[in-house]
Amino acid sequence: MKKLIFMFWCALLTLPFMGIRGAAYLFFGIAVSYGFYVALANMFGKIKKPDLPVNMKLLSTALIIFSFALPFLVRDYYTDVAILVCIYILLALGVNIVIGFTGLLHLGFAAFYGIGAYSNALLTTALGLDFWSALILTLILSSLAGFLLAFPSLRLRGDYLAIVTLGFGEIIRLVLNNWDSVTRGPNGISNIPSPVILGFEISSLKYYYYLVLLFMLSAAFIVKRVQRSRTGRAWLAIREDETAAEAMGINTRKYKFMALTFGAFWAGLAGALFASKMHFVSPESFTFMESVFVVCMIILGGLGSVPGVIFGSLILVLLPELLRDFQLYRMLALGAGLVLMMIFRPDGLIRSRQ
Amino acid sequence: MLTKGLPFYTILLPNLLKFNAMFFQQIINGLTVGGVYALIALGYTLVYGILELINFAHGEIYMIGAYLGIIFLGIFTAAGLTEYSLLLSLVLTFIMSTLVCSAYGFTVEKLAYKPLRNAPRLNPLISAIGVSIFLQNYVMLTQGATDKVFPHVIPVTIIEFSNVTMTTLQLFIIIVSLLLMAGLHLFIMKTKTGKAMRAVAQDKIMASLLGINIDRIISVTFIIGSGLAAVAGLMVAMYYGLVNYSIGYLVGIKAFTAAVLGGIGSVPGAMIGGLVLGLIESLGAGYLSSEYKDAYAFIILIIILLVKPTGLLGKSEGPRP
Repeated sequence: MKKLIFMFWCALLTLPFMGIRGAAYLFFGIAVSYGFYVALANMFGKIKKPDLPVNMKLLSTALIIFSFALPFLVRDYYTDVAILVCIYILLALGVNIVIGFTGLLHLGFAAFYGIGAYSNALLTTALGLDFWSALILTLILSSLAGFLLAFPSLRLRGDYLAIVTLGFGEIIRLVLNNWDSVTRGPNGISNIPSPVILGFEISSLKYYYYLVLLFMLSAAFIVKRVQRSRTGRAWLAIREDETAAEAMGINTRKYKFMALTFGAFWAGLAGALFASKMHFVSPESFTFMESVFVVCMIILGGLGSVPGVIFGSLILVLLPELLRDFQLYRMLALGAGLVLMMIFRPDGLIRSRQ
Repeated sequence: MLTKGLPFYTILLPNLLKFNAMFFQQIINGLTVGGVYALIALGYTLVYGILELINFAHGEIYMIGAYLGIIFLGIFTAAGLTEYSLLLSLVLTFIMSTLVCSAYGFTVEKLAYKPLRNAPRLNPLISAIGVSIFLQNYVMLTQGATDKVFPHVIPVTIIEFSNVTMTTLQLFIIIVSLLLMAGLHLFIMKTKTGKAMRAVAQDKIMASLLGINIDRIISVTFIIGSGLAAVAGLMVAMYYGLVNYSIGYLVGIKAFTAAVLGGIGSVPGAMIGGLVLGLIESLGAGYLSSEYKDAYAFIILIIILLVKPTGLLGKSEGPRP
């Protein structure tokens, strides 16, 4: 009865927005689907969840082989999507270092992504550098940005840090949008050249996919190694209890600097690859929603776990592409999903072992 | 040294006098916007004071308030009430949208924040971001992604004195927001529920030991905050005439800045912070650059949090969270 009243209450709330018919549909929709859920839970509730023994090593080897064979198995469109997935994984790996490992809720990562993309775009188009030297400069620039933003994060904790980083992200976006003489404002920068290796231009999707895949795999490998190093353990200690970590002799300042610089480094790399893949950048790609989207990826996969991050990015980029018809409802589901994840499974789908 | 300082003043003073009209114009605009910021900032500060949670969805509640105003006024106009008596229909619109918006705030708290009350601090924040995304897209899907126009039913007269103009609507917004702030202050200071709210903000466990129903107080806080946001949203819809599903995000952040500026958790602080932020923004837009108007709030926020995190009126007790 209580649940029925709750459903009725929800329908009543939506009444002004959806009209009488919409609210009635919603009410019956919720009631029927809840009935189904109860029936299913009664039927299958007694079956225990199988505890599948997954051989991670075998699984990851298989996945890597599959990812190398991918362009020959599927249409070009899916290769395109796969490139996007790899770029997002790179970005999410960077965010994961800051949020997942160190526990600093950073909501402005789109800024580093944007700095990476724009500096690559500007260095290659306005200064005429080639991709690789531009990439090195881009990585230095974005790491520097991460380093500079670490100063405020030393003094702030928790939700205050979230708000400040959010503000930082918005300021960068506004600068990109309004600094017309350099960034060309909302029009963006076009004609960004493709990378060239030994005089061979990587313009076709397949080759670009391999380039991005190599970057992504090495990033995952490096991040995983760093996680298990002294530095990674220091980050974890800071996440679990900053005061205790400091008492144990960990230089929290230094490690926070390292986390943000390292995170911004990967975000900058992702941005640079994004720019040269799209051949075009505009401020629209680096909004607050982008930051939230990446945070969703690592929360879905499991904070602080590298396979989780990869899994989360895979799901969140692939699902909207596969379910094109439900494009409109994507963000709605994402919002509801975040709330439900926090309530029912705050550790994500793949829990990190620590 | 004096001769070096002289040209500065000789240039600045006449300029200031010449632009006096513009200055006062910006002050009036700033107070109008600032009053709205203050009303929304109160919602942030009340919730933060009690739950220590940045209610990210508060900006969306404000946006829902604006939409509800348009919807209800549309219904009343269709029913012929507006023709019969404009005042009655406006009052009813205000009451209805405040009520429904409070119901939204109440429901959001019960569904998304209450189960997380004992979780690590970042979890409710992420949940709040989720609610914000959800509400934004919910309104976009049900009401369309295009701008909604507020019905042109309110006659606007312009009051003018020596080049400075002020519409009756602006006067109305300033007066209503000041009245609501005064009312809220009295409520918190004088009534029993207000006293209980202050007690819960100070010490939750102690308050519950003394027989205060914490859940009820938190619900009341959300209802009051959402109601104030609804009034703010409705007034902004009347003022600008256009409403979009995405207005909540930016205004929400700005109102949060206002709350931090005044000292988060402090009710008079939120009022002053809102007015000051509105003034800074419109003066900055008038004298510096209107392109970066939205960035001022963020810059102020970052500076305040780095230099004086307790804000203008905040108490500096104990370690900060």
